[in-house]
Amino acid sequence: MKNRLKVLRAEHDMTQAQLADETGVSRQTINAIEKGKFDPSLPLAFRFAKLFKLKIEEIFQDEE
Amino acid sequence: MKAKENHGEVQKKNVRGLALWTFLWTISVAVVTFGSQYVWDSKVLTGVSILISTVLGIGMIRANIKYLLSLDELQRKIQMDAMGIALGIALVGGISYALLDTTNVISQDAEISYLIILIGLSYMAAVLIGNARYK
Repeated sequence: MKNRLKVLRAEHDMTQAQLADETGVSRQTINAIEKGKFDPSLPLAFRFAKLFKLKIEEIFQDEE
Repeated sequence: MKAKENHGEVQKKNVRGLALWTFLWTISVAVVTFGSQYVWDSKVLTGVSILISTVLGIGMIRANIKYLLSLDELQRKIQMDAMGIALGIALVGGISYALLDTTNVISQDAEISYLIILIGLSYMAAVLIGNARYK
């Protein structure tokens, strides 16, 4: 699954650690999601969407 | 910010709790093993010390569950994958080792301690590999 997390984080001038703080996960998890190594759960995806005031599909896209 | 600080603090507290329970359980196993061999000669004392060790073991299991619940979803996946790998290796390795004993391919009896060492090492290796994979 592709995502725009890194771009959105940069637009909001946030570090990985800050995004991790805001969403209640570790920095390692944010890094793994940004690199496409790990797909977040639906609740975590909703937390990203709420934080960036976007719909989930505006952050995450199916690669197919 | 506050949420993560609490999340991190809870994790640290649970790691300390797990370490304490593991330490106590390990000590209790040593007390039962060496106490019954070198210190006392009483089945009652041995029974009581085994009971205490079992209670501490249950405490350790509860602390481990608490620790796992405090992890975030990726950390939990790494731990669960490692436990699955360790369980698989223990099952296959344990049965193979027992077969070596029962078929007399090896001269000595199969020891449970070797199996525990195998589980521990495979679990640690799987956690390290899992962390490296998601770095």
